[in-house]
Amino acid sequence: MTRYVMVADLRRCVGCQTCTASCKETNATPPGVQWRKVLDIEAGQYPDVRRIFLPTGCQHCDQPPCMEVCPSTATRKRDDGIVTIDYDICIGCSYCAVSCPYEARYKVESAEYVYGAGPISQEKARAAQQKIGVVTKCTFCVERIDAGVKAGKVPGIHPEATPACVNSCLSGALRFGDIEDPDSVVSRLVGDNKWFRQHEDEGTGPGFYYLWDGGRP
Amino acid sequence: MRQMITARLQRSWDLRAAGNFIGGGAGTGLVLASVLLGDGGLSLVAGLALVGLGLAMVWLEIGKPWRALNVFFHPQTSWMTREGIVAGPLMAVGGGYWLLGHPALLVPLVVLAAGFLYCQSRILRASRGIPAWKQAEIVPLIITSGLAEGAGLLALFAEPAPAVLAWALAAGLAREGAWMLYRRGLVASGNASGALAIFGSGPAQAARMAQGLALALWLLALAGLPVAPLAGLLAAGSGWGIKALLITRAAFTRGASVPYAPVRGRGLPMALGGR
Ligand code: SF4
Ligand code: SF4
Repeated sequence: MTRYVMVADLRRCVGCQTCTASCKETNATPPGVQWRKVLDIEAGQYPDVRRIFLPTGCQHCDQPPCMEVCPSTATRKRDDGIVTIDYDICIGCSYCAVSCPYEARYKVESAEYVYGAGPISQEKARAAQQKIGVVTKCTFCVERIDAGVKAGKVPGIHPEATPACVNSCLSGALRFGDIEDPDSVVSRLVGDNKWFRQHEDEGTGPGFYYLWDGGRP
Repeated sequence: MRQMITARLQRSWDLRAAGNFIGGGAGTGLVLASVLLGDGGLSLVAGLALVGLGLAMVWLEIGKPWRALNVFFHPQTSWMTREGIVAGPLMAVGGGYWLLGHPALLVPLVVLAAGFLYCQSRILRASRGIPAWKQAEIVPLIITSGLAEGAGLLALFAEPAPAVLAWALAAGLAREGAWMLYRRGLVASGNASGALAIFGSGPAQAARMAQGLALALWLLALAGLPVAPLAGLLAAGSGWGIKALLITRAAFTRGASVPYAPVRGRGLPMALGGR
């Protein structure tokens, strides 16, 4: 079996938001919609105050509460763990959005463009009318993965089969791959480092691992 | 490590969504009270109309209203689908009972109205992104609130017979108990400080005082004073106010969770994926 996951090495992330920009450019998400975002967090108490950059978005959960509540079956989970939304079925009830513990879902009511009235060329090419009035979220660039795999490429190794945010990450903090493959980069990173996942107590089994300390100094 | 607060108010469901819980709760509460207490007349129709009004509010909120039939696709796990499935027969059986008054319809009508109310409570319970909604005790709270609101409306619409007053008092007391349990659960969960602050705010306190006043007035009404309509108004209005606050103002997310701060400055060997 295949289970695609993302790994974010918090020691490496510099908060540059290149992944955010790359995602917006690739998916032409409207203003205010950030499928991939990097939270800039100040944590702790003086004198032990830390600044943490936390890349986040849809965690492509093992047990997605968004899928459980969806009344239309628009939200589904593929065998490879990627959680998808069928824009032709979704009724835009936003039930999934209030059920996602990771605030990963967005609904826009009307077409909005980054520079006001009209779409720029990228928005013309990528923004789709079918995404208005329904809910959207990070897809792990599923079309790219599918096309890449079909062409014999390996997700997480070959850029043609890897999510845009991971391709763009300049510090190497974001990684992607099949955690069921013991030789994949993500398997080795997760195996050799200390990591956490967000809101483990929810029992959602998020497919997004955060490395915070090395297995060795 | 201390958890940073990045919780924010959800913006997905507004007053229109709250309208479903207000109309559906009070409506099914009114249907139950009116048929169980022997008044299947106009109050039953009013109850069904309230349920319909609540559903219409949801229809106004969904992004693709002309696809509304897709709501029926997922009865396996979605409480929204289940609510939708119960709604049709509830209207049909309720309308039939109003027209024909046939006693054979009474049991299915009670089951359907109670089922609809239960579905509503589970819709909120399944909203895992909002601590104030997913709290387990939301289920009895929403159910008892619907019963108390419906009983209050019956005292407005129909002759407040002793049975109606007793039912309203019992429902109001049950709602008080459910509220205590709910609040205690929220405090214990530690994830709902935003919601607790909203429940301590002026409007929430006013609604809670109105609920308390309604209880006192039910007692006075039982003692013979003509205060039942006022008690009914307070019992229904206060419940609606609390629900509106619950959906639109107390609905904070959990925010991000970072249990460990990253240890920086060590770098990663190439073999472990370093570059
Ligand atoms: S992160 Fe949210 S939207 Fe993504 S699969 Fe999990 S519950 Fe669904
Ligand atoms: S908004 Fe769409 S994907 Fe989300 S629960 Fe409703 S129908 Fe499902």
